[in-house]
Amino acid sequence: MRINKGRRGIEEGDMTPMIDMVFQLIAFFMVLVNFTEQETNQDVVLPHSVLAKAPDPPLKNVVFVHMTEDAEVILLGQRIILDNAYDYLYQEAQIIRNSNVSVDDTTVVIRAHEDANTGHVQKLISECLRAGFKQFALRATSGEENHS
Amino acid sequence: MKIRNTKEKHEKIEVPMTPMIDIVFQLLIFFIMTFKIVDVEGDFNIKMPEAARESNALTEEQIPPMRLIMKANTAGDLVSMRLAEQNFSIEGGYTSYEERTSAFSSLGNYIVRFMGNQIGPGGNTPETVEIEIDADFNLKYEYTIQAITMISGRLDNNKEVVPLVEKIQFAPPRPDPNAE
Repeated sequence: MRINKGRRGIEEGDMTPMIDMVFQLIAFFMVLVNFTEQETNQDVVLPHSVLAKAPDPPLKNVVFVHMTEDAEVILLGQRIILDNAYDYLYQEAQIIRNSNVSVDDTTVVIRAHEDANTGHVQKLISECLRAGFKQFALRATSGEENHS
Repeated sequence: MKIRNTKEKHEKIEVPMTPMIDIVFQLLIFFIMTFKIVDVEGDFNIKMPEAARESNALTEEQIPPMRLIMKANTAGDLVSMRLAEQNFSIEGGYTSYEERTSAFSSLGNYIVRFMGNQIGPGGNTPETVEIEIDADFNLKYEYTIQAITMISGRLDNNKEVVPLVEKIQFAPPRPDPNAE
């Protein structure tokens, strides 16, 4: 038996395909990553509608108002109860006026939970009207219906 | 001048790739961590006229808004719907997802027929028709949105939105039965 005194070099597996796959993955994620902060809220599950379309062109002068299923209003990160919403909305309208933007041109985007009471949403809308806002948009998840 | 030894072998210079792989993995982990799957959100193309009208005077072009009455059970689920004189209710109220879906489809088809009638001057256009939604206080918001979906437009074969009724408003809310 021949004693194998051949090379004892370290056999390295070829890493090239792995690097290729890793580059593919990076390219995939780079294309998908979205650094713009979409104003969403974990507590609000939006209702679904096939007609909901992302506004095109994107809305300028937007105020986001969220409502949870317990009728809690979330405005600018603050959780407030519906009865107090008017004060905050009025404040927000004042801030908008002070920055030389017309409140008439500002759209209030209402992101209400799908299980919230319609009456509470109506009350929220009427409080926004009272605070001076005139334009509204009701938000829903868009796309084909795919849930029960 | 030194005569170059042409037999000199050109050595292959190997660039160490290990640090590059390390950086690439770092990048990959960064992108994986910052990747977030978010549902696409959209808005309805509806105009919501001011709910509180001072007077009920109507201009000549306006016709009084049609009222969509939506009733809910104690759990907030839809039990019946009626638009003006057209009733979409069933005996005993809606009790299942299929019944509600079918009712919404009927509502949508009715609106399509209604808007398709009287094409021409004086006909029903998105500018002239107005619908007022009168929903029970505790009706779940998703049903209201579905009703608005059926009323405000329809997807045609090219997945484009065909507008039906754009002027949608809410009736003054009835008092909350659960309020103190």
